Amino acid sequence: MIEINNISKAFNGKEVLKGISAQFQKGETNLIIGGSGTGKSVLLKCMIGLVKPDEGNVLYNGRDFYHCDKDTQQSIRREMGVLFQGGALFDSKTVEENVRFPLDMLTTQSTEEKRERVAFCLQRVGLEQAAKRMPSEISGGMKKRVGIARAIVMNPAYLFCDEPNSGLDPLTSVKIDELIKEITEEYQITTIIITHDMNSVMEIGQNIMFLYQGHKLWEGVNTDITKTDVPELKEFLFSNKLLREMQE
Amino acid sequence: MSVIGKYFIFLGTLFGKGEKLSVYWRRLMEECVGIGVSSIFIVAIVSTFIGAVSCIQTAYNLVSPIIPISTVALIVRDMEILELAPTITCIVLAGKVGSNIASELGTMRITEQIDALEVMGINSSSYLVLPKVVAAMLTFPMLVIFSAFLGILGGYLAGTLTGVITERDYLYGIRDSFVPYNIFFMCVKPFVFGFLIASISSFKGFFTSGGALEVGKASTQAVTNSCISILVADYLLAQLLL
Repeated sequence: MIEINNISKAFNGKEVLKGISAQFQKGETNLIIGGSGTGKSVLLKCMIGLVKPDEGNVLYNGRDFYHCDKDTQQSIRREMGVLFQGGALFDSKTVEENVRFPLDMLTTQSTEEKRERVAFCLQRVGLEQAAKRMPSEISGGMKKRVGIARAIVMNPAYLFCDEPNSGLDPLTSVKIDELIKEITEEYQITTIIITHDMNSVMEIGQNIMFLYQGHKLWEGVNTDITKTDVPELKEFLFSNKLLREMQE
Repeated sequence: MSVIGKYFIFLGTLFGKGEKLSVYWRRLMEECVGIGVSSIFIVAIVSTFIGAVSCIQTAYNLVSPIIPISTVALIVRDMEILELAPTITCIVLAGKVGSNIASELGTMRITEQIDALEVMGINSSSYLVLPKVVAAMLTFPMLVIFSAFLGILGGYLAGTLTGVITERDYLYGIRDSFVPYNIFFMCVKPFVFGFLIASISSFKGFFTSGGALEVGKASTQAVTNSCISILVADYLLAQLLL
Protein backbone atom coordinates (compact mmCIF):
# COMPACT_ATOMS: atom_id res chain seq x y z
CA MET A 1 0.00 0.00 0.00
CA ILE A 2 1.14 3.54 -0.72
CA GLU A 3 0.00 6.38 1.48
CA ILE A 4 0.62 10.05 0.76
CA ASN A 5 0.02 12.61 3.47
CA ASN A 6 -0.41 16.32 2.99
CA ILE A 7 1.89 16.61 -0.05
CA SER A 8 2.60 20.20 -1.08
CA LYS A 9 5.00 21.49 -3.69
CA ALA A 10 5.71 24.94 -5.08
CA PHE A 11 8.02 26.03 -7.90
CA ASN A 12 9.32 29.62 -7.76
CA GLY A 13 6.59 30.55 -5.30
CA LYS A 14 3.81 29.04 -7.43
CA GLU A 15 1.99 26.29 -5.56
CA VAL A 16 1.51 23.24 -7.76
CA LEU A 17 0.31 20.76 -5.14
CA LYS A 18 -1.64 21.79 -2.07
CA GLY A 19 -1.94 19.31 0.78
CA ILE A 20 -2.74 16.14 -1.17
CA SER A 21 -3.44 13.01 0.87
CA ALA A 22 -4.53 9.62 -0.40
CA GLN A 23 -4.13 5.88 -0.04
CA PHE A 24 -3.47 3.49 -2.91
CA GLN A 25 -4.26 -0.16 -2.28
CA LYS A 26 -2.36 -3.26 -3.31
CA GLY A 27 -3.71 -5.14 -6.33
CA GLU A 28 -5.74 -2.14 -7.56
CA THR A 29 -5.30 0.17 -10.50
CA ASN A 30 -5.32 3.62 -8.94
CA LEU A 31 -5.84 6.47 -11.37
CA ILE A 32 -4.88 10.11 -10.92
CA ILE A 33 -6.80 12.22 -13.40
CA GLY A 34 -7.11 15.91 -14.14
CA GLY A 35 -6.53 18.50 -16.83
CA SER A 36 -3.12 19.62 -18.06
CA GLY A 37 -1.10 21.60 -15.51
CA THR A 38 -3.05 20.39 -12.49
CA GLY A 39 0.00 18.78 -10.87
CA LYS A 40 -0.53 15.10 -11.72
CA SER A 41 2.97 14.50 -13.02
CA VAL A 42 4.52 16.51 -10.18
CA LEU A 43 2.61 14.35 -7.70
CA LEU A 44 3.89 11.21 -9.43
CA LYS A 45 7.44 12.59 -9.34
CA CYS A 46 7.04 13.33 -5.64
CA MET A 47 5.98 9.74 -5.07
CA ILE A 48 8.87 8.18 -6.99
CA GLY A 49 11.52 10.47 -5.54
CA LEU A 50 12.32 12.61 -8.58
CA VAL A 51 10.94 15.78 -6.97
CA LYS A 52 11.11 16.28 -3.23
CA PRO A 53 7.86 17.68 -1.80
CA ASP A 54 8.06 20.84 0.30
CA GLU A 55 5.76 19.27 2.88
CA GLY A 56 4.22 15.91 3.60
CA ASN A 57 5.39 12.35 3.35
CA VAL A 58 5.06 9.28 1.16
CA LEU A 59 4.74 5.93 2.90
CA TYR A 60 5.48 2.62 1.20
CA ASN A 61 3.97 -0.06 3.42
CA GLY A 62 4.63 2.23 6.36
CA ARG A 63 8.18 3.18 5.34
CA ASP A 64 8.55 6.94 4.96
CA PHE A 65 10.41 7.46 1.68
CA TYR A 66 11.73 10.94 2.47
CA HIS A 67 12.53 10.38 6.13
CA CYS A 68 14.34 7.07 6.12
CA ASP A 69 17.98 6.05 5.80
CA LYS A 70 19.62 5.68 2.38
CA ASP A 71 19.51 1.88 2.43
CA THR A 72 15.76 1.80 3.07
CA GLN A 73 15.23 4.41 0.37
CA GLN A 74 17.29 2.30 -2.01
CA SER A 75 15.32 -0.83 -1.19
CA ILE A 76 12.04 1.05 -1.78
CA ARG A 77 13.37 2.24 -5.14
CA ARG A 78 14.14 -1.34 -6.10
CA GLU A 79 10.52 -2.26 -5.42
CA MET A 80 9.32 0.38 -7.89
CA GLY A 81 8.68 -0.02 -11.58
CA VAL A 82 8.03 3.11 -13.62
CA LEU A 83 6.59 3.44 -17.08
CA PHE A 84 7.46 6.90 -18.38
CA GLN A 85 5.31 8.82 -20.82
CA GLY A 86 7.60 8.28 -23.81
CA GLY A 87 8.83 4.90 -22.64
CA ALA A 88 12.27 6.38 -21.69
CA LEU A 89 14.02 3.47 -23.40
CA PHE A 90 17.79 3.74 -23.74
CA ASP A 91 18.39 4.55 -27.41
CA SER A 92 21.75 2.80 -27.61
CA LYS A 93 20.41 -0.53 -26.32
CA THR A 94 18.22 -3.14 -27.97
CA VAL A 95 14.78 -3.98 -26.60
CA GLU A 96 16.25 -7.01 -24.82
CA GLU A 97 19.12 -4.99 -23.33
CA ASN A 98 16.67 -2.33 -22.15
CA VAL A 99 14.59 -4.91 -20.30
CA ARG A 100 17.71 -6.61 -18.91
CA PHE A 101 19.27 -3.33 -17.77
CA PRO A 102 17.85 -3.26 -14.19
CA LEU A 103 18.92 -6.88 -13.71
CA ASP A 104 22.46 -6.09 -14.92
CA MET A 105 22.74 -3.08 -12.67
CA LEU A 106 20.95 -4.14 -9.54
CA THR A 107 21.19 -7.92 -9.22
CA THR A 108 23.81 -10.63 -9.13
CA GLN A 109 21.77 -13.08 -11.19
CA SER A 110 23.54 -15.36 -13.64
CA THR A 111 23.37 -14.68 -17.37
CA GLU A 112 21.00 -17.62 -17.80
CA GLU A 113 18.65 -16.39 -15.05
CA LYS A 114 18.59 -12.91 -16.58
CA ARG A 115 17.94 -14.32 -20.06
CA GLU A 116 15.01 -16.35 -18.77
CA ARG A 117 13.54 -13.43 -16.84
CA VAL A 118 13.86 -11.05 -19.82
CA ALA A 119 12.31 -13.63 -22.15
CA PHE A 120 9.43 -14.10 -19.70
CA CYS A 121 8.77 -10.34 -19.40
CA LEU A 122 8.93 -9.81 -23.16
CA GLN A 123 6.61 -12.73 -23.70
CA ARG A 124 4.26 -11.27 -21.05
CA VAL A 125 3.93 -8.04 -23.05
CA GLY A 126 3.84 -9.90 -26.38
CA LEU A 127 7.16 -8.67 -27.71
CA GLU A 128 9.37 -11.75 -27.78
CA GLN A 129 9.85 -11.26 -31.53
CA ALA A 130 11.19 -7.71 -31.08
CA ALA A 131 13.97 -8.57 -28.62
CA LYS A 132 16.84 -7.74 -30.96
CA ARG A 133 15.35 -4.55 -32.37
CA MET A 134 16.43 -1.04 -31.42
CA PRO A 135 13.92 1.40 -29.82
CA SER A 136 14.06 3.52 -33.01
CA GLU A 137 12.79 0.53 -34.99
CA ILE A 138 9.60 -0.09 -33.02
CA SER A 139 6.25 1.73 -32.80
CA GLY A 140 5.03 3.96 -29.96
CA GLY A 141 2.77 1.23 -28.61
CA MET A 142 5.61 -1.29 -28.66
CA LYS A 143 7.84 1.19 -26.82
CA LYS A 144 5.24 1.45 -24.07
CA ARG A 145 5.07 -2.33 -23.85
CA VAL A 146 8.88 -2.55 -23.63
CA GLY A 147 8.66 0.11 -20.90
CA ILE A 148 6.16 -2.09 -19.04
CA ALA A 149 8.41 -5.14 -19.48
CA ARG A 150 11.35 -3.16 -18.06
CA ALA A 151 9.18 -1.88 -15.21
CA ILE A 152 8.10 -5.40 -14.16
CA VAL A 153 11.41 -7.19 -14.72
CA MET A 154 12.46 -6.68 -11.08
CA ASN A 155 9.10 -7.98 -9.75
CA PRO A 156 8.03 -4.57 -8.44
CA ALA A 157 5.64 -4.09 -5.56
CA TYR A 158 4.67 -0.67 -6.91
CA LEU A 159 4.05 0.24 -10.54
CA PHE A 160 3.79 3.85 -11.69
CA CYS A 161 2.60 4.74 -15.19
CA ASP A 162 2.76 8.29 -16.51
CA GLU A 163 0.14 8.67 -19.23
CA PRO A 164 0.54 5.17 -20.65
CA ASN A 165 -1.94 5.88 -23.46
CA SER A 166 -0.64 9.20 -24.73
CA GLY A 167 0.03 9.21 -28.46
CA LEU A 168 -1.53 5.79 -29.02
CA ASP A 169 -4.48 4.80 -31.15
CA PRO A 170 -7.65 3.73 -29.26
CA LEU A 171 -7.15 0.02 -29.90
CA THR A 172 -3.54 0.02 -28.66
CA SER A 173 -4.61 2.15 -25.67
CA VAL A 174 -7.15 -0.48 -24.65
CA LYS A 175 -4.52 -3.23 -24.99
CA ILE A 176 -2.05 -1.29 -22.83
CA ASP A 177 -4.75 -0.67 -20.19
CA GLU A 178 -5.71 -4.34 -20.15
CA LEU A 179 -2.08 -5.35 -19.84
CA ILE A 180 -1.49 -3.03 -16.89
CA LYS A 181 -4.66 -4.25 -15.15
CA GLU A 182 -3.76 -7.90 -15.72
CA ILE A 183 -0.25 -7.42 -14.38
CA THR A 184 -1.56 -5.49 -11.37
CA GLU A 185 -3.99 -8.23 -10.42
CA GLU A 186 -1.71 -11.14 -11.32
CA TYR A 187 1.25 -9.94 -9.25
CA GLN A 188 -0.75 -7.99 -6.63
CA ILE A 189 1.08 -4.75 -7.42
CA THR A 190 0.04 -1.31 -6.17
CA THR A 191 -0.39 0.49 -9.48
CA ILE A 192 -0.76 4.24 -9.93
CA ILE A 193 -1.63 5.60 -13.35
CA ILE A 194 -1.61 9.22 -14.43
CA THR A 195 -4.02 9.65 -17.29
CA HIS A 196 -6.32 11.91 -19.27
CA ASP A 197 -7.87 9.01 -21.07
CA MET A 198 -11.57 8.63 -20.29
CA ASN A 199 -11.61 5.09 -21.61
CA SER A 200 -8.97 4.14 -19.03
CA VAL A 201 -11.01 5.85 -16.34
CA MET A 202 -14.11 3.84 -17.18
CA GLU A 203 -12.38 0.52 -17.89
CA ILE A 204 -9.66 0.12 -15.28
CA GLY A 205 -10.22 2.89 -12.71
CA GLN A 206 -10.69 0.93 -9.49
CA ASN A 207 -9.74 3.94 -7.39
CA ILE A 208 -9.76 7.38 -9.01
CA MET A 209 -8.43 10.67 -7.69
CA PHE A 210 -9.29 13.91 -9.49
CA LEU A 211 -6.87 16.82 -9.20
CA TYR A 212 -7.80 20.40 -9.99
CA GLN A 213 -5.35 23.30 -9.67
CA GLY A 214 -3.21 21.34 -7.25
CA HIS A 215 -6.11 20.27 -5.00
CA LYS A 216 -7.73 16.89 -4.68
CA LEU A 217 -11.36 17.56 -5.51
CA TRP A 218 -12.79 14.06 -5.76
CA GLU A 219 -11.94 10.45 -5.01
CA GLY A 220 -13.91 7.32 -5.73
CA VAL A 221 -14.49 4.39 -8.09
CA ASN A 222 -15.29 4.44 -11.80
CA THR A 223 -18.92 3.41 -11.29
CA ASP A 224 -19.56 6.56 -9.25
CA ILE A 225 -17.60 9.08 -11.24
CA THR A 226 -20.32 9.93 -13.74
CA LYS A 227 -22.73 10.64 -10.89
CA THR A 228 -20.47 13.30 -9.43
CA ASP A 229 -21.78 16.75 -8.62
CA VAL A 230 -18.32 18.36 -8.51
CA PRO A 231 -18.63 20.92 -11.33
CA GLU A 232 -14.90 20.85 -12.24
CA LEU A 233 -14.96 17.05 -12.54
CA LYS A 234 -18.18 17.14 -14.56
CA GLU A 235 -16.61 19.65 -16.90
CA PHE A 236 -13.53 17.44 -17.25
CA LEU A 237 -15.51 14.25 -17.80
CA PHE A 238 -18.00 15.64 -20.25
CA SER A 239 -15.70 17.91 -22.22
CA ASN A 240 -16.18 15.48 -25.10
CA LYS A 241 -19.30 16.33 -27.11
CA LEU A 242 -20.28 12.71 -27.59
CA LEU A 243 -20.07 11.97 -23.85
CA ARG A 244 -22.04 15.13 -23.10
CA GLU A 245 -24.80 14.05 -25.45
CA MET A 246 -24.79 10.58 -23.92
CA GLN A 247 -25.10 12.08 -20.45
CA GLU A 248 -28.00 14.22 -21.54
CA MET B 1 28.84 32.21 -9.57
CA SER B 2 25.87 29.94 -8.86
CA VAL B 3 26.55 28.08 -12.12
CA ILE B 4 30.17 27.51 -11.09
CA GLY B 5 29.00 26.29 -7.68
CA LYS B 6 26.49 23.95 -9.35
CA TYR B 7 29.29 22.67 -11.62
CA PHE B 8 31.48 21.75 -8.64
CA ILE B 9 28.55 20.09 -6.84
CA PHE B 10 27.91 18.15 -10.05
CA LEU B 11 31.57 17.04 -10.10
CA GLY B 12 31.15 15.87 -6.50
CA THR B 13 28.20 13.66 -7.47
CA LEU B 14 30.39 11.80 -9.97
CA PHE B 15 32.27 10.27 -7.07
CA GLY B 16 29.17 9.53 -4.95
CA LYS B 17 27.78 6.06 -4.45
CA GLY B 18 28.63 4.18 -7.63
CA GLU B 19 27.85 0.90 -9.32
CA LYS B 20 29.77 -2.35 -9.79
CA LEU B 21 33.34 -1.98 -11.14
CA SER B 22 32.53 -4.28 -14.07
CA VAL B 23 29.78 -1.84 -15.11
CA TYR B 24 32.23 1.07 -15.09
CA TRP B 25 34.84 -0.92 -17.00
CA ARG B 26 32.34 -1.74 -19.76
CA ARG B 27 31.14 1.87 -19.88
CA LEU B 28 34.74 3.16 -19.98
CA MET B 29 35.58 0.95 -22.94
CA GLU B 30 32.45 2.12 -24.78
CA GLU B 31 33.34 5.74 -24.14
CA CYS B 32 37.00 5.28 -25.15
CA VAL B 33 35.74 4.03 -28.50
CA GLY B 34 33.09 6.76 -28.77
CA ILE B 35 35.34 9.62 -27.72
CA GLY B 36 38.81 8.48 -28.76
CA VAL B 37 38.71 6.01 -31.63
CA SER B 38 35.94 7.82 -33.49
CA SER B 39 37.98 11.05 -33.38
CA ILE B 40 41.08 9.62 -35.07
CA PHE B 41 40.01 10.56 -38.59
CA ILE B 42 39.26 14.24 -37.90
CA VAL B 43 42.42 14.59 -35.80
CA ALA B 44 44.49 13.03 -38.58
CA ILE B 45 43.10 15.36 -41.25
CA VAL B 46 43.41 18.54 -39.16
CA SER B 47 46.90 17.72 -37.85
CA THR B 48 48.42 16.79 -41.19
CA PHE B 49 47.21 19.96 -42.87
CA ILE B 50 48.16 22.20 -39.95
CA GLY B 51 51.68 20.71 -40.00
CA ALA B 52 51.90 21.19 -43.76
CA VAL B 53 50.72 24.79 -43.61
CA SER B 54 53.04 25.57 -40.67
CA CYS B 55 56.02 24.35 -42.68
CA ILE B 56 55.16 26.32 -45.82
CA GLN B 57 54.35 29.55 -43.95
CA THR B 58 57.41 29.34 -41.69
CA ALA B 59 59.63 28.83 -44.71
CA TYR B 60 57.96 31.79 -46.43
CA ASN B 61 58.79 34.05 -43.48
CA LEU B 62 62.34 32.77 -42.95
CA VAL B 63 64.14 34.41 -45.80
CA SER B 64 67.32 35.45 -43.99
CA PRO B 65 70.51 33.89 -45.36
CA ILE B 66 72.01 33.72 -41.85
CA ILE B 67 69.27 31.38 -40.57
CA PRO B 68 69.71 27.78 -41.67
CA ILE B 69 66.74 26.28 -43.51
CA SER B 70 66.63 23.40 -41.00
CA THR B 71 65.23 25.98 -38.55
CA VAL B 72 61.90 25.61 -40.39
CA ALA B 73 61.64 21.99 -39.20
CA LEU B 74 62.69 22.98 -35.68
CA ILE B 75 59.96 25.63 -35.55
CA VAL B 76 57.35 23.22 -36.95
CA ARG B 77 58.34 20.65 -34.35
CA ASP B 78 58.19 23.03 -31.42
CA MET B 79 54.96 24.65 -32.59
CA GLU B 80 53.38 21.23 -32.97
CA ILE B 81 54.58 19.91 -29.62
CA LEU B 82 54.01 23.02 -27.54
CA GLU B 83 50.82 24.43 -28.98
CA LEU B 84 49.30 23.18 -32.19
CA ALA B 85 48.95 19.49 -31.35
CA PRO B 86 47.61 19.87 -27.81
CA THR B 87 45.59 23.08 -28.06
CA ILE B 88 44.26 23.10 -31.61
CA THR B 89 43.49 19.38 -31.50
CA CYS B 90 41.61 19.81 -28.24
CA ILE B 91 39.66 22.77 -29.63
CA VAL B 92 38.66 20.58 -32.56
CA LEU B 93 37.74 17.83 -30.09
CA ALA B 94 35.73 20.32 -28.03
CA GLY B 95 33.60 20.84 -31.13
CA LYS B 96 33.24 17.18 -31.97
CA VAL B 97 33.24 15.42 -28.60
CA GLY B 98 31.81 18.29 -26.52
CA SER B 99 28.75 18.80 -28.69
CA ASN B 100 28.25 15.05 -28.89
CA ILE B 101 28.32 14.62 -25.10
CA ALA B 102 26.03 17.60 -24.45
CA SER B 103 23.47 16.59 -27.04
CA GLU B 104 23.52 12.93 -25.94
CA LEU B 105 22.95 13.76 -22.27
CA GLY B 106 20.51 16.57 -23.11
CA THR B 107 18.41 14.21 -25.19
CA MET B 108 18.56 11.59 -22.44
CA ARG B 109 17.36 14.22 -19.97
CA ILE B 110 14.41 15.47 -22.02
CA THR B 111 13.31 11.95 -22.96
CA GLU B 112 13.33 10.96 -19.25
CA GLN B 113 16.08 8.35 -19.70
CA ILE B 114 18.07 9.98 -16.87
CA ASP B 115 14.93 9.99 -14.70
CA ALA B 116 14.54 6.28 -15.44
CA LEU B 117 18.07 5.66 -14.15
CA GLU B 118 17.47 7.70 -11.01
CA VAL B 119 14.21 5.92 -10.24
CA MET B 120 16.07 2.60 -10.42
CA GLY B 121 18.37 3.95 -7.71
CA ILE B 122 21.36 4.31 -10.04
CA ASN B 123 23.70 7.27 -9.56
CA SER B 124 22.97 8.66 -13.02
CA SER B 125 25.74 11.26 -13.10
CA SER B 126 28.35 8.75 -12.01
CA TYR B 127 27.09 6.05 -14.38
CA LEU B 128 26.78 8.33 -17.41
CA VAL B 129 29.39 11.04 -16.90
CA LEU B 130 32.34 9.56 -14.99
CA PRO B 131 33.27 7.10 -17.79
CA LYS B 132 33.12 9.96 -20.31
CA VAL B 133 35.45 12.14 -18.23
CA VAL B 134 37.94 9.33 -17.60
CA ALA B 135 37.81 8.23 -21.26
CA ALA B 136 38.54 11.78 -22.41
CA MET B 137 41.46 12.09 -19.97
CA LEU B 138 42.89 8.81 -21.24
CA THR B 139 42.33 9.14 -24.97
CA PHE B 140 43.03 12.85 -25.52
CA PRO B 141 46.77 12.56 -24.69
CA MET B 142 47.00 9.63 -27.13
CA LEU B 143 45.22 11.63 -29.83
CA VAL B 144 47.53 14.58 -29.21
CA ILE B 145 50.67 12.42 -29.53
CA PHE B 146 49.23 11.07 -32.76
CA SER B 147 48.41 14.61 -33.85
CA ALA B 148 51.96 15.87 -33.16
CA PHE B 149 53.42 12.99 -35.13
CA LEU B 150 51.12 13.63 -38.10
CA GLY B 151 51.71 17.39 -37.91
CA ILE B 152 55.46 16.93 -38.15
CA LEU B 153 54.94 14.37 -40.92
CA GLY B 154 52.63 16.82 -42.72
CA GLY B 155 55.34 19.48 -42.53
CA TYR B 156 57.86 17.02 -43.91
CA LEU B 157 55.63 16.05 -46.83
CA ALA B 158 54.67 19.63 -47.68
CA GLY B 159 58.25 20.89 -47.31
CA THR B 160 59.98 18.17 -49.30
CA LEU B 161 57.32 17.76 -51.99
CA THR B 162 57.27 21.49 -52.76
CA GLY B 163 61.07 21.81 -52.52
CA VAL B 164 60.95 24.34 -49.68
CA ILE B 165 63.29 22.20 -47.58
CA THR B 166 65.32 19.10 -48.29
CA GLU B 167 64.64 15.81 -46.54
CA ARG B 168 68.06 15.99 -44.88
CA ASP B 169 67.51 19.53 -43.53
CA TYR B 170 64.05 18.65 -42.24
CA LEU B 171 65.23 15.53 -40.42
CA TYR B 172 68.17 17.47 -38.99
CA GLY B 173 65.88 20.32 -37.89
CA ILE B 174 63.35 18.16 -36.03
CA ARG B 175 66.18 16.56 -34.01
CA ASP B 176 68.06 19.80 -33.33
CA SER B 177 67.86 21.31 -29.79
CA PHE B 178 65.18 18.86 -28.74
CA VAL B 179 63.86 19.34 -25.18
CA PRO B 180 62.28 16.09 -23.88
CA TYR B 181 60.40 18.03 -21.17
CA ASN B 182 58.23 19.54 -23.93
CA ILE B 183 56.77 16.07 -24.57
CA PHE B 184 55.69 15.86 -20.95
CA PHE B 185 54.18 19.34 -21.24
CA MET B 186 52.38 18.28 -24.42
CA CYS B 187 50.82 15.30 -22.61
CA VAL B 188 49.74 17.26 -19.53
CA LYS B 189 47.69 19.69 -21.60
CA PRO B 190 45.25 17.21 -23.21
CA PHE B 191 44.88 15.44 -19.87
CA VAL B 192 43.59 18.70 -18.37
CA PHE B 193 41.68 19.74 -21.50
CA GLY B 194 40.02 16.32 -21.71
CA PHE B 195 38.73 16.71 -18.18
CA LEU B 196 37.45 20.23 -18.92
CA ILE B 197 35.75 19.34 -22.21
CA ALA B 198 34.07 16.18 -20.93
CA SER B 199 32.96 17.62 -17.58
CA ILE B 200 31.72 20.99 -18.91
CA SER B 201 29.86 19.37 -21.81
CA SER B 202 28.35 16.76 -19.50
CA PHE B 203 27.29 19.47 -17.07
CA LYS B 204 25.59 21.43 -19.84
CA GLY B 205 23.85 18.34 -21.22
CA PHE B 206 22.91 16.84 -17.88
CA PHE B 207 20.93 19.88 -16.74
CA THR B 208 19.13 20.54 -20.02
CA SER B 209 15.43 21.18 -19.64
CA GLY B 210 12.82 21.78 -22.29
CA GLY B 211 12.96 20.35 -25.77
CA ALA B 212 15.02 20.02 -28.92
CA LEU B 213 15.78 23.76 -29.01
CA GLU B 214 17.32 23.61 -25.52
CA VAL B 215 19.38 20.56 -26.47
CA GLY B 216 20.82 22.58 -29.37
CA LYS B 217 21.54 25.51 -27.05
CA ALA B 218 23.20 23.23 -24.49
CA SER B 219 25.35 21.77 -27.22
CA THR B 220 26.44 25.21 -28.43
CA GLN B 221 27.16 26.39 -24.89
CA ALA B 222 29.14 23.23 -24.20
CA VAL B 223 31.44 23.93 -27.15
CA THR B 224 31.78 27.65 -26.38
CA ASN B 225 32.48 27.15 -22.68
CA SER B 226 34.87 24.27 -23.37
CA CYS B 227 36.87 26.37 -25.85
CA ILE B 228 37.11 29.28 -23.41
CA SER B 229 38.19 26.98 -20.59
CA ILE B 230 40.81 25.37 -22.85
CA LEU B 231 42.33 28.76 -23.69
CA VAL B 232 42.39 29.87 -20.04
CA ALA B 233 43.85 26.55 -18.91
CA ASP B 234 46.39 26.69 -21.76
CA TYR B 235 47.67 30.03 -20.48
CA LEU B 236 47.75 28.86 -16.85
CA LEU B 237 49.58 25.65 -17.72
CA ALA B 238 52.14 27.56 -19.77
CA GLN B 239 52.73 29.90 -16.83
CA LEU B 240 52.98 27.07 -14.34
CA LEU B 241 54.95 24.46 -16.24
CA LEU B 242 57.30 26.39 -18.55
